[in-house]
Amino acid sequence: MNWQGWAEIALTLGLALALGWPLGIFMSRVWNKESTWLDPVLKPVERGFYALAGIDPNKSQGWLGYGASLIAFNLFGFVLLYAMLRLQGILPFNPQGFAGVSPDLAFNTAVSFVTNTNWQSYGGETTMSHFTQMVGLTTQNFVSAATGAAIAAALARAFAGNRESGIGNFWADLVRTTLYVLLPLSIVLAVALIGMGVVQNFAASVSVTTLDGASQTISVAPTASQLAIKQLGINGGGIFNVNSAHPFENPSPLTNLITAIAINTLGWAAFFAFGRSAFARKEIRALATAGILILAAGAGVIYVAEAQPAPALVAAGIENPINMEGKETRFGLASTAAWAAQTTGASNGSVNGMHGSLMPLGGGMSMLLMMLGEILPGGIGSGIAIMVVMAVLSVFVAGLMVGRTPDYLGKKIEAREIQFAMVALLVVPLSTLGFSALTVVWPDGLASLFNPGAHGLSELLYAFTSATANNGSAFGGISANVPWWNTTLGLAMLLGRFIPIVAVLAIAGSMVAKPKLAPSTGTLPTTGALFIGLLVGVIIILGALQYFPALALGPIVEHFQVLEAVSAN
Amino acid sequence: MLNQARPAIVSMLLFSVILGGAYPAVVTAAGGALFPAQAEGSLVKNAAGEVVGSKLIGQVTTGPGYLWPRPSAAGDGYNAAGSSGSNLGPLNPVLFERVAADAAAVRAYAPEGAIPPDAVTTSGSGLDPEISPEFAALQVDRIAAARGIEPSLVEALVAANTEAPLLGFIGQARVNVLMTNLALDSAYPLQPAE
Repeated sequence: MNWQGWAEIALTLGLALALGWPLGIFMSRVWNKESTWLDPVLKPVERGFYALAGIDPNKSQGWLGYGASLIAFNLFGFVLLYAMLRLQGILPFNPQGFAGVSPDLAFNTAVSFVTNTNWQSYGGETTMSHFTQMVGLTTQNFVSAATGAAIAAALARAFAGNRESGIGNFWADLVRTTLYVLLPLSIVLAVALIGMGVVQNFAASVSVTTLDGASQTISVAPTASQLAIKQLGINGGGIFNVNSAHPFENPSPLTNLITAIAINTLGWAAFFAFGRSAFARKEIRALATAGILILAAGAGVIYVAEAQPAPALVAAGIENPINMEGKETRFGLASTAAWAAQTTGASNGSVNGMHGSLMPLGGGMSMLLMMLGEILPGGIGSGIAIMVVMAVLSVFVAGLMVGRTPDYLGKKIEAREIQFAMVALLVVPLSTLGFSALTVVWPDGLASLFNPGAHGLSELLYAFTSATANNGSAFGGISANVPWWNTTLGLAMLLGRFIPIVAVLAIAGSMVAKPKLAPSTGTLPTTGALFIGLLVGVIIILGALQYFPALALGPIVEHFQVLEAVSAN
Repeated sequence: MLNQARPAIVSMLLFSVILGGAYPAVVTAAGGALFPAQAEGSLVKNAAGEVVGSKLIGQVTTGPGYLWPRPSAAGDGYNAAGSSGSNLGPLNPVLFERVAADAAAVRAYAPEGAIPPDAVTTSGSGLDPEISPEFAALQVDRIAAARGIEPSLVEALVAANTEAPLLGFIGQARVNVLMTNLALDSAYPLQPAE
């Protein structure tokens, strides 16, 4: 550890949050259908889109209608992507001549990209054609992110409304977030990244004769275009097997800094957009403060953990035994630690070093950041939505302590909202721990694990945590491309995505119908340090306690084994 | 649900055209026009004008007169069509064996000096084009001997191909292996094998 490392981590996390502020104001204007400086170019495109698709963007939908539109869109997106994957062999732009994808992998991959998870059971450069990567996967990178943003837009309207019934129009939220926010930012970022060395072309590969006289085949792909939205959309699925550790996806410390900021900034922007659209800027600033505090603590823990002596290097007598296994020379410990926290705190899942080779507490903290509910800042919109659910729960807990009916952002919190909040929060541990337990006892379930001992259990637990949390990162040694894993991980992704979405929309539906109350003397202040402390407590207790027994058998026990192995030398 | 079908189907298809077709096409065209070398993969040529690799992709070099890269877990080593890390956990016995073997390999040519961690670990991508300045320094004497030149000349070329962290604190100092080797070849050509 050194000051440079701490400074780099602080800068990366801080810049992402700071950039989220102006971007959030812009995002809120887009959700609210206010004018933007992009209107002259994009308004005609938007109008044409609505006309072709038969959409009336001004028709405000109730929560059931909004939810039905969302499900219908995602369902058709799934069907289309599944078909594309199965038919890959006969579709164009397939210079490598890859065959169609097997049914279980196609199911897993289609679910994965529609749910904004981007879990990859496959190696990109050895499985997917350029057509699949672009038309199939890149498209879902955009629209799955916009789907998440739509949830936050709807929930913000619900808190802003006073005895209304509509929470906005799903199609308008989807189209406007995609066209005005995600697309322009992605174009600028992608072209800038090409300038910094990211590859972008349609060839299959380049063959060269090396200095040794051997031949080397170098895979190339339209990388920059997918990379930009993979980060900005908080998706995380790489073109190449090793994702953002690949020098073509992340060539330098500069690209690393920029793409690391991109992992978080639109997640934070959705926080600030929610605050502006719900007329609750101060309250949302408190939520963002709680989020960045936990995230910074997580990044710090990972950095400290990675700087501990690595047992294999100690045993070989290396004088400076830091854990460079799975890390790139240009990044080192601090870049990898900051990235690991950001990618798991947001529901991104791209990696710039191999998480399976992290030290036990480094990998364990990455897992815990996902278990906390993907709210630091989580996905675009989906993060702030679940964070608001956490805040509602915190207010409810405080209300129980003092015996008052709680309210949040001027809306009374009653039994129905708490029930849906519990559904949204409990489905995550149920899926994570349930599928993990099932896999442990399933015949051949453990055959896919790569590492022996406690690390093997961590691989398994990490996989179901990542899938349910819609993160998508992995302890990469696991051989997940088998029917059992593809199916169960696919189901975990579906449960972890759509049950919380429906629950949040139900909360929005009941909130929008309530009268907007002015704060009274009995209202718990939800802006100060006291509330931030309460919220952090609720998040950590909910996350940590549910998973502690499982974590104790994985990363925690492995940590003590590492200490023992190091002291034995 | 049926009245949702048209907007769902048509908007998904429109998005596929705009985001899956037009967007990558625009980015590719702009990238190719503004930054053709990078868009093609930052390929580099030797003095004879032959493409010998990419500045960004590591490759195996075994001759004693060349700088050697880190160990690699991509295929048999630096398989640039199948990037991969080792994914070995910190306590995996395979990792202990491999690190010990890699350390012994370094000791075979550099009996003195501390071995830096990157010399005995595989990178995340298996394609790491760079090594630490410490790892490069360990190889200087071997390279100088193979080329029959003073070590200080090798050191100077290594230094010329070393990049410092961005702004002094972002990322790490590192030496590009292929670029250093090309510089060595052009400044101090290897004698043809007898």
